[in-house]
Amino acid sequence: MEHFTENKKNLVLVGNGMVGYKFCEKFVELGMGATYNLMVFGEEPRVAYDRVKLSTYFSGTTEEELTLATADWYEDNGILLFTNELVTEIDRNEQQIKTQKGTCISYYKLILATGSSAFVPPVQGVEKEGIFVYRTIEDLEAILAFGKRARKAVVIGGGLLGLEAAKATLDMGLETHVVEFAPRLMPRQLDEQGAQTLKNKLEALDIYIHLNKNTRSFEGKDTVKKLHFADDTSLETDMVIISAGIRPRDELARQANLATGGRGGIAVNYHMQTSDPDIYAIGEVALFQQKTYGLVAPGYEMAEVALQHILGNSEKKFENVDMSTKLKLIGVDVASFGDALGETQGARTVVLDSQTSGVYKRLNISADGKRLLGGVLVGDTESYNMLLQITNNQLTVPAEPAALLVEGNTGEGTTMKASDLPDSALICSCENVDKGTICHSVVEKGVSNLAEVKKCTKAGTGCGGCMPMVKDLLEETLNAQGKAVKKVICEHFDYTRQELLDLVKVNHIRTVDELIDRYGKGQGCEICKPAVASILASTWNEMILKDNATSQDTNDRFLANIQKGGSYSVVPRVPAGEITPDKLIVLGEVAKRYHLYCKITGGQRIDLFGARLEQLPDIWEELIAAGFESGHAYGKSVRTVKSCVGSTWCRFGVQDSVSFAIQIEERYKGLRAPHKLKSAVSGCIRECAEARSKDFGIIATEKGWNLYVCGNGGANPQHAQLLASDIDEATCIRMIDRFLMFYIKTAEPLTRTAHWLKSMEGGIDYLREVVVMDSLGIGAQLEQEMTLLVNAYTCEWREVVKNPELRKQFKQFVNSDEEDTTMKFQPVRGQRVPLAW
Amino acid sequence: MLNSDTIVTQRSWYKVARVEDFPANGGACIKVKDQQIAVFHFSRNNEWYASQHLCPHRQQMGLARGMIGDIQGEPKVACPFHKQTFSLKSGTCLSSDEYQIQVYPVKVEKGFVYVGLEE
Ligand code: SRM
Ligand SMILES: Cc1cc2nc3c(=O)[nH]c(=O)nc-3n(C[C@H](O)[C@H](O)[C@H](O)COP(=O)(O)OP(=O)(O)OC[C@H]3O[C@@H](n4cnc5c(N)ncnc54)[C@H](O)[C@@H]3O)c2cc1C
Ligand code: SF4
Ligand code: FES
Repeated sequence: MEHFTENKKNLVLVGNGMVGYKFCEKFVELGMGATYNLMVFGEEPRVAYDRVKLSTYFSGTTEEELTLATADWYEDNGILLFTNELVTEIDRNEQQIKTQKGTCISYYKLILATGSSAFVPPVQGVEKEGIFVYRTIEDLEAILAFGKRARKAVVIGGGLLGLEAAKATLDMGLETHVVEFAPRLMPRQLDEQGAQTLKNKLEALDIYIHLNKNTRSFEGKDTVKKLHFADDTSLETDMVIISAGIRPRDELARQANLATGGRGGIAVNYHMQTSDPDIYAIGEVALFQQKTYGLVAPGYEMAEVALQHILGNSEKKFENVDMSTKLKLIGVDVASFGDALGETQGARTVVLDSQTSGVYKRLNISADGKRLLGGVLVGDTESYNMLLQITNNQLTVPAEPAALLVEGNTGEGTTMKASDLPDSALICSCENVDKGTICHSVVEKGVSNLAEVKKCTKAGTGCGGCMPMVKDLLEETLNAQGKAVKKVICEHFDYTRQELLDLVKVNHIRTVDELIDRYGKGQGCEICKPAVASILASTWNEMILKDNATSQDTNDRFLANIQKGGSYSVVPRVPAGEITPDKLIVLGEVAKRYHLYCKITGGQRIDLFGARLEQLPDIWEELIAAGFESGHAYGKSVRTVKSCVGSTWCRFGVQDSVSFAIQIEERYKGLRAPHKLKSAVSGCIRECAEARSKDFGIIATEKGWNLYVCGNGGANPQHAQLLASDIDEATCIRMIDRFLMFYIKTAEPLTRTAHWLKSMEGGIDYLREVVVMDSLGIGAQLEQEMTLLVNAYTCEWREVVKNPELRKQFKQFVNSDEEDTTMKFQPVRGQRVPLAW
Repeated sequence: MLNSDTIVTQRSWYKVARVEDFPANGGACIKVKDQQIAVFHFSRNNEWYASQHLCPHRQQMGLARGMIGDIQGEPKVACPFHKQTFSLKSGTCLSSDEYQIQVYPVKVEKGFVYVGLEE
């Protein structure tokens, strides 16, 4: 630790919250320890923590993870930290402060970062037990402890924080009510209709909303039991969380006669100096131009300005900052930015209000129609980052501004790119990182992945909301440098997947080893080997365990899915989900014999879990004898073709979806591709098979079939898009042949069709030209290649079962026939599951 | 070189199986003295390595079924469960600072594979 010396000047910081900590961090970054001593006093018993992420404490984030820096960090950087020590007095004449514990320290400059406290309105009975505020870790601990005994909770305040608290009590399993004084939720950020959409969404999450309610009193003996409102209604409850706004903690300033505002806050100039030039105020407690700022980003900016001013640099000034917000509620997307309520003179508005999908978007456009002033997004905030950028950088909006409301679209049918933004565009507002800084880190400092960008620039380390944009910038900058232009697979090959595919084909390469020998180097790795194995499989469709077994991902290597504890699951193919009673009985008998856990999958078939490695060939021998085949649940290959029951039974069905689905599944079963492929066929427009969430989905029409492609479930659901309509079965299969083959030949490894389409220039229109109109003249060739693959199909398990050499690969121990005794199970509802890890 | 704080350990060689019992460019599990050990054959340059079979990440028996390869010449294995990778020379985890595995010497004599375990 550096020494505190007499000849260094004393900086004293009061308050070790988020902004106080940022002050310390910048102090260290600026190397100020050489000239100044820094002493920090914090009232809270712990080191500074991330208040913004406070609510994640409910979902299991630990105190440690919330901590911004450890006590050691302060010590290592020569900062003297006093926790649990309230500063009680400032003596401006003597330039010193006093604490509750009697410590007395003189200062050269004093910085007040005392933040705010939760505002508790003076309602009758507010002192009763069971009433809490929501500001510190202690508050949350108290809420958690009390909540264990409660069934119902009421949150007072329907603003940003109140709704966050409501989500927390909901997650604690409590019946949750929100009481708001105003006639709508988030009155400061949302307009009438946006608030209504939000209310619907929250109610759908089982949060009860009460508007226009003015709490008169809290009833109950010692503990709160009921809220009584001014309109003479009441609401019973077991506990209350008050989130009715915040009040700046300016008590020290008042005691020292510094100028403060009527509604609280310590008045500062644009250097953050208070009415005493040796005393600064930063963060939530600072009152700048009659306004306080209840967000971290402006506070961080204030910390920087104050430090620069102490260093004698008066060029840096605090200016009014952006108060845009995105609500961190899980399950509801809400954002407001810029002039959200359209209060600018002459502002025009464009509104998208979809009751069915629960999406409300409002954009406010300047009178001349050229600039975006701000807006409100409820239900879909995907475009928030881009819209915020357009607003903050005053970019020209399209002539038809409604285009901005459509998903990912920023006008003229073109998607706006992060690279179109000016260098000064603020990307991460928590850490105040602009686009120039991020690009600079890539160009000058050789940063090449997201983790490094975060480390080098701090972008995305706050709320994380800007990460999608940071990622785009990183990729676009790398691209512009020619670095990522070539997406080489890994260090072992200097080729893209497409180039490797061509090399394999032209040179008739059939093993991973051969390809490394001729075109790669080293031993390969877990990235390139499965990718190459997949290329080989897509090109030759040979039995994958023949020569390349150990280059397959573990599931492919053992033709089953590995599970917790190291056992495997078995998923036989059940085309279109149609299965005879006899086959069902076989599944049941096999499961019983081998103690397998049974579950119907999301893909309309039956999964048998808990098989030992050495049991797999025996199990499959029995299944194959009964007419089953591998379901390829383990492969990056065609999985299932789901179907609805269709016109054979259903009174609405217009085509026989089951028969067509079986035909499709039989044709493409097991086909290997860059990623897994799923399909479904629905018998009418009601779409019970969910075909539009599939890589290729087919929906019956009166005249034939509509073919949709590039849909996806999973983490980023995408509806499949219409490729061709009212086509007959033969045409449909031809189109699918071409589509799949084109995908296999051009997609990067581990890219699902939806993602592949997204990065395809020209999008679905281009794809339609290639597949349907055959604009490249490759249609016949694609069909022919597919036919070869279809003809080369064999069931992998059938081959293993009859081949003793292959069967040997499924031994647990090569030097012993013992079972693995470390595998442990526990009973659940009449079956067994692995012990949790 | 021996100095005063070098600990001399006793190593015994265990004959475990034939060369051809192990897959090319991959691993298999053996059981010795109640220990499960992963043995890897890098057939491209005919090198052999061995390590514990247990992956320290979630305490799963699985490393022998992992995919092998190299990173800048350092031989490694990727756990089949969550792809943590480990150096087979030093046992250090290459994807996280938190883990370390035990590695063992391997030798091949007259078509048989031997693993050296400390007593
Ligand atoms: C078994 C099953 C869950 C169930 O009990 O129902 C399942 C289990 C797994 N899914 Fe799934 N998915 C299952 C249906 C689905 C579905 C529903 C469907 O197919 O209609 C989806 C959404 C549709 C989709 O894929 O678009 C689905 C989307 C995913 C995803 C996300 C893919 C994406 O593009 O975002 C993954 C992760 C991945 O592949 O990287 C995944 C990965 C997995 C893995 C492989 C995770 C893993 O690595 O262990 C699981 C393998 C379990 C096993 O060992 O068998 N699973 N998975 C379902 C097997 C269906 C089948 O019969 O083959
Ligand atoms: C649940 C929750 C969610 C939030 N979400 C967001 C969000 O998504 N985005 C966003 O931008 N902002 C959010 N905020 C607001 C953000 O946390 C604050 O803007 C930020 O913490 C302000 O920092 P500060 O340092 O000014 O005040 P604080 O973090 O409150 O720190 C002030 C510290 O000073 C101490 N102190 C006060 N007086 C004294 C004294 N006399 N002596 C010693 N110590 C003293 C206090 O104990 C406190 O530790 C959220 C706040 C909460 C509570
Ligand atoms: S949703 Fe997640 S947990 Fe469930 S099966 Fe799929 S991958 Fe496993
Ligand atoms: S158990 Fe090995 S990586 Fe998770």
